[in-house]
Amino acid sequence: MSDQAKYIVGVDVGGTFTDVFFLDEQSGECSVAKVPSTRPNQSKGFIEGIRSGVEDFSELATVVHGTTVGTNALLERKGAKTGIITTEGFRDVLEMRRRDRPTTWGLWGQFEPIIPRNLRLEVPERTLADGTIYKAVNPDDVKAAAQELIDAGAESVCVAFMNSYANFDNEQIAVKAVRDIWPNEHVVASSEILPEIREFERTSTTALNAYLQPPVGNYLQRLETALQDDGFKGQVLIVQSNGGVMSVDVARRLPVRTALSGPAAGVIASAYIATVAGFPNVITCDMGGTSFDVSLVADGESSLSAQTSIDYGMIIRTPMIEITTIGAGGGSIAWVDRGGLLQIGPESAGSDPGPVCYGLGNDRPTVTDANLVLGRINADRPIGGKLDRLDVGAAKLAIEAHVGKPLGLEIMEAAEAIVRVANSKMAGAIRLVSVERGHSPNEFSAMPFGGGGALHAGALIKEVGLKSALVPRYPGVTSALGCTIADMRHDFVQTISCMLADMDIAGLQNHMGEMAAEGRKLLEDAKVKFGSLDTVFELDMSYLGQTHTVDVALPVEFKNGVVPVSVKLIEESFIARYAQVYGRPLEGIPVRVLNLRVSVIGRRSKFDLQLLAPKGDNSIKDAVLGHRDVWVDGGWHQATRYERLVLPVDAEIFGPALLEQPDTTIFIEPDLVGTVDSYGNLIITRQE
Amino acid sequence: MMQRTLMIDPVTLAVLKGRLEQIADEMDATLFRSAFNPIIAEAHDASHGIYDAITGKTLVQGKSGLPVFVGAMAFAVKAVIDKAAKDGNLSEGDVYIFNDPYDGGTHLSDFKLVSPYYRDGKLYCYLASVGHWHDVGGNVPGNYNPEATECFQEGMLIPPVKLIEAGKFRQDIVDIMQANSRQPISLYGDLNGQINALELGERRLTALLDEYGDATVQDALVELQVRAAQLMRMNIAELPDGTYSCDDWLDNDGIVDEPLKIALDLTISGETMMLDFSRSSPACAGPVNISLSTAVASVYVAIKHVFNDVPANSGVLDPIEIVIPEHTMLAVKAPKPVGGYTETILRLIDVVFGAMAKVAPERSNGCAYGTINALSLAGHRRDGRRWVMFSFFGGGHGGHPEGDGLNHGNAPISTATIPPLEILESAYPMFFTKWALRPDSGGAGQNRGGLGAIYEIELLEENADVFLFGERGRYAPAGVHGGGYGALNTFSYEQDDGYHKPPMVSKMVGIKIKKGQHLHLETPGGGGYGKASERDPKAVVRDVGLGYVTPEGAKRDYGVVLNKNGTVDQEQTDKLRASVSQ
Repeated sequence: MSDQAKYIVGVDVGGTFTDVFFLDEQSGECSVAKVPSTRPNQSKGFIEGIRSGVEDFSELATVVHGTTVGTNALLERKGAKTGIITTEGFRDVLEMRRRDRPTTWGLWGQFEPIIPRNLRLEVPERTLADGTIYKAVNPDDVKAAAQELIDAGAESVCVAFMNSYANFDNEQIAVKAVRDIWPNEHVVASSEILPEIREFERTSTTALNAYLQPPVGNYLQRLETALQDDGFKGQVLIVQSNGGVMSVDVARRLPVRTALSGPAAGVIASAYIATVAGFPNVITCDMGGTSFDVSLVADGESSLSAQTSIDYGMIIRTPMIEITTIGAGGGSIAWVDRGGLLQIGPESAGSDPGPVCYGLGNDRPTVTDANLVLGRINADRPIGGKLDRLDVGAAKLAIEAHVGKPLGLEIMEAAEAIVRVANSKMAGAIRLVSVERGHSPNEFSAMPFGGGGALHAGALIKEVGLKSALVPRYPGVTSALGCTIADMRHDFVQTISCMLADMDIAGLQNHMGEMAAEGRKLLEDAKVKFGSLDTVFELDMSYLGQTHTVDVALPVEFKNGVVPVSVKLIEESFIARYAQVYGRPLEGIPVRVLNLRVSVIGRRSKFDLQLLAPKGDNSIKDAVLGHRDVWVDGGWHQATRYERLVLPVDAEIFGPALLEQPDTTIFIEPDLVGTVDSYGNLIITRQE
Repeated sequence: MMQRTLMIDPVTLAVLKGRLEQIADEMDATLFRSAFNPIIAEAHDASHGIYDAITGKTLVQGKSGLPVFVGAMAFAVKAVIDKAAKDGNLSEGDVYIFNDPYDGGTHLSDFKLVSPYYRDGKLYCYLASVGHWHDVGGNVPGNYNPEATECFQEGMLIPPVKLIEAGKFRQDIVDIMQANSRQPISLYGDLNGQINALELGERRLTALLDEYGDATVQDALVELQVRAAQLMRMNIAELPDGTYSCDDWLDNDGIVDEPLKIALDLTISGETMMLDFSRSSPACAGPVNISLSTAVASVYVAIKHVFNDVPANSGVLDPIEIVIPEHTMLAVKAPKPVGGYTETILRLIDVVFGAMAKVAPERSNGCAYGTINALSLAGHRRDGRRWVMFSFFGGGHGGHPEGDGLNHGNAPISTATIPPLEILESAYPMFFTKWALRPDSGGAGQNRGGLGAIYEIELLEENADVFLFGERGRYAPAGVHGGGYGALNTFSYEQDDGYHKPPMVSKMVGIKIKKGQHLHLETPGGGGYGKASERDPKAVVRDVGLGYVTPEGAKRDYGVVLNKNGTVDQEQTDKLRASVSQ
C-alpha cells in the first residue's frame, strides 16, 4: 500500500440517497457526502459519491460498503434463474415450508418459491440422521440433472440433500459432479452454506444464496472494476447482516449474508458512538418512510438472532443483527377503521408519492403530515433537499377529512392523535426488544438515526420509561460511518446432536479447533490490519425433550490451536444461561447439545469520535434561528429554533425547542432538556 | 353508525388495545420457548388471554396461540368461576388447573390454568393459559384413541382444582398428574412453562394498570368488546337476508362405520346471524363428538376467518345466535368420548364456509384439507427404551377470490408448524422416504385449491405399533361457486403381503409394522373456487409444467388438452370445454 493511500471510506447505498463517510487516516480528518442513489446500477452513484470527496482513487486505502442489492433482489424477486438438486422424494421441501400460513386469521395466503418446481430435480441418494449413508449417490445421475437445469437456462445451481448436516459425503460428491460439467462459482451445496439440522431452513438459506450469487456477484464485480479503472488499489469490504465485514471474495460466495447489510452498519455505528459517549445500553431507532426498525445494544454489544424471514416463506438462517421492524414510518398512512379505531399503517405512501404535504398525488394523511401540522417540521426546509417546501394546508385538509371528522376531533387534536398512536406503536416495538427480553427500560437510552426518529425520541423515552435519548451528531450518515468501523467477522455452525453425558470431548475440541482455524485463515486472506483477534464458542443446548435451545457461550480461549473445554464446564455454563433466560433451571433432566457455533472476529481500529465534535467557540445565541409555534398536549407552545450543528459543547437547550440540521429535525418536548456532549451528540433527558 | 357517548377517548383506546395484546402475545411466546413437548413448542397448540371477572368472556387474546382456544377459553374460565362460587373460597394467589373438556372445551390433552387477578384486594379479571400436553394417560400414547367409547379410555380427567392455593404450590396435585402420564417429565416442564406465562402476564398487567389507572383500562376492555360487536353487526348487515344451508360429512366415528352429518342452516336477518346445527347427527359411540363449548369456539374460528378485520374478542359473537340441541354430537356431556374433536370442528368450520359462500362469494374460499391426520408410531428400542413419535400433517387450502389456495398449509383451527423431518429422524428410529406435494390433489376451479402432500415413512427399528386418527377418507373437501373437490385422504401401511388400507379408511389403532416396511399417507388438497371451465388455459398449462396438475388431470378436470410440447391444443380444448358446459 502506497503512502498516499490514506482514506478509509464507508458507503451506504439507500433507496433515495447514497451516503459516504470519509476518514483521512493521516490527518485524522473526516467529512461526509450525500448523492442521489442510482438504480438499477447502484455502482454509478457509489463512484460519484466517493468522487465528491476524493478525486484521486489511488488515495483510497479501504472502501467499506453496506449494500441493499441483495435485499432488493429478494424483496422484488429479481434474483437469478436458479435450479436445485435434492434427495429423491424431497424436491418440494422448499415449497412446503414448515406448513404454515401468512396470517392467523383469513385463509387466502399464497406462496411462490424462488425456485419453481420444474427447476427442482431429484436424484436417488439418502443419508440417515446418524450420518449413515443409506443409499450412495451416483455422480452420473447428478450430472444428468445438472445438465437438464443448465439446458433450462439456470444461471445458478444448488444441491440440498436430507441430513447432509450429519454427513456431507453424498452432497460433496454431487456438488463436485455439477462442477465437473459446469465449472463456475455459481454452484453450491447446503453443507457448504449451513451444516445445521432443519431441512427447510437449510434448503431455503442455500437456495436464496444461489439465487443471489449472480446479481450480487455481478454488482460487486462492476464496483471493483469501476474503482480500479480509476486507480483504486486498496481493499473493498462488504458489511454482513451480522454487523461484521467480509472480503468481496467471501461476499460473492455467501451473498445471503448481505441480506441486512445496510441496517446492520447503522446499528454497529450506533453501538460504537453510544458506548464512547458513555451509554453502553441503547435501543437504536431507525425511522424511514415506511418502517421503524429497532435493535437492542446491551453493554456495547448488539444482539444477534439466529434467523430471519425476509418475506413470507423466505427464511435465511445465519446470525444477523436482531432488527425488529414495524410498519410505522413517516409515510405510514393514518386511517380510521370500520370499528372506529384510529390506525397507523401498515399501508404507506413511501417517499413517492409520499406524504400529502409533498404534493405528489397522495391525499391520505401520514405521520409526517401530522408532524408538519403540529409545527414540528419546518415547512420551508424539508430534509433531504428534494423539495422546496411542504404544503401545510393540504396536510390539514387530509387530516381533517380522514381522521378528524370520523373521530369527532378538531384538526390539531386529530394531528396529535396520529402522532400519539404512531408513538405508541413505536413504543411497542421498543418494549418488544427490551422489556419482553427481560431488560429494564430505565437502564436504556433511545438512539434515533436516519431522518425521522429524532422527532419522536422524546415522546418515546417518556412512553417506555427510557433513561434518555441520544441523538448522534450526524444521524443521516450513521450507516456510512458504521461501515468504517465494523469488525471483520465470520460465523460457523455444525450440528452435533448428542447428550452432554455421551459427548466425545476430543471430537468437539477438534471441531472447535478446525472451525476457529478456518476463520482465522479467512481473516488472514483478507489482508486487513486488525487490532486483535477474538474467537467465540457457543453451544445450542436444551434439556432432553425441549425443541427450543438456549445459546450457551463457553468461557474458553483458542490458543495454539487448542480449546480447553470439559463436560463440567459446559454443564455449568448451560445451567447459568438457562436460569438467566427462563428463571429456574430444572432438576434431574438430562442435557442435550444440538449445535456448535464458532465466530471469529478481527477487531479493526476505530477512529476517534472526538473528530466529529463541534469546533470553534460559538455561543448558544449564535445557533438561534428564530421561533415557531408547536402544538403539544392540546395547546400551542412557542419553541425556539436552533441550527443544531452550530451549538457548542455543553449547551443546554430546554424544551420546547426544535433543532434543525440538513438531515434531520430534533424536537425537544416542553418537559425535556437537551445537552450537547463533548462529541457533539445531543442527550435528551427529563427536566429535573 | 350509532352515536354513543364514549367512556374513553379514541386515542387512548387505540394505545391500550396494542398494550393489552402485547401482554397476551408475550405470554404465548414465553410458553412456546420454554415448553418441553413439540406440540406446544413447535406446533403452538396453546393460548393465553385476559378474561372478564364475572362472565369469563374473552377480553384479550394472544395473536400466536391456537385460534380455537380463543372461544373455548371463555368457557374454561367460566367453569372456574362457577367452581369457585360453589366452593366460596376464591382468593388472591390462586391458580386453578383442569382438563375437563365438557365444561372447558376441546379434549383431555389440553390443560387449562386459570388464575384470578386482583387489584387492591378486589377481583379485576382472570388470566389463563392452555397447552396441549404430550401424554395424559388413557389407552393410546399421545391420546388420539379412535376406538374410545368413553372419555376414561382417552386419559385422566381433572376437574377444576387449586394447583396453587393463595400462593402455596400444591405438589400433591402435580404428583397425581405425573403418576398418570407416560411422559411425566414433559408434563412437569410444560406445567412450569404455563405457570411462568401466568406470572409474566400478572406482572405486565400490573405495570399497565399502574400506568393508566384501573378504570381507564377497564373502560378500554369494555369498549373493545363493544367495537368488535359493532363491526360484526355492520358486516352482517351488508349480507342479504335469508337462510343458507350447507351439509358435510365425517367418514365415521372409529367404532361404527357409518357417515356422520354436520348440518348448518345459517340465517341472516338484519344485523344478526343465526347458526342452527339442529339437523346434525346425534351423539355417536366414538370420539368425534364435541362439547357445546368446543362447538361455539369453532364457530368463532370460522367467523373470524371470514371476517378477519374484526378484533379477536368475545364481542364478535354478540350479534350471533348459535343453536345446538343437546341430542346432537355437537353438545355431548361426560363420559362421551371427545378425543377427536379436531376432525369434527374442522367439518363444522367447513359448513360455515360453505354456507357463507352462498351469502357472500367475495368473502369465501374453498374448504381446506379438513383433517389433522394425527399419526403416532411407538415401540421399544433395542436397549428397551420406549419411543413415541407423534405428529400432525398438512394439506391444501381452498382456492379464493384472490388466487389459488396455499399448498401444504396448516389447519384453520391452528397456527401450527410441522416439525422438521430431520428433527423427527434424529429423535426416532424411522425416516421419511417421501415428503412431497401431491399432484392433482387441489380441487379444480377458476382458482385452484392448494395441493395436499404425500408423506412416506420407513421403519428402522425391528417393530412398531402405528395409530392414525384422520378424516376425509370418503368425503372430500368441497369447493365453492362451482369449484371442484380436493382429493380424498388416503392411508396405507405395508405388511409382508403388500399394502393394506384401514377398514375405517383414515382411523386405526395397533397396526404392527416391521423394519423396512412403509406407511404411506396422502393428504387432501383444498377445494376449488369458481368453475374449472373458467380457469385460464394458460394457468392450466403452467400447472402442468410445474407438475401441480397432470396432463390427464388437465383434460379431465379443466377440459384443457395439451400438445406434446406442453402448449394448449386450442381446437381440442374449445371442443372439450364446449361439450362439458352443455
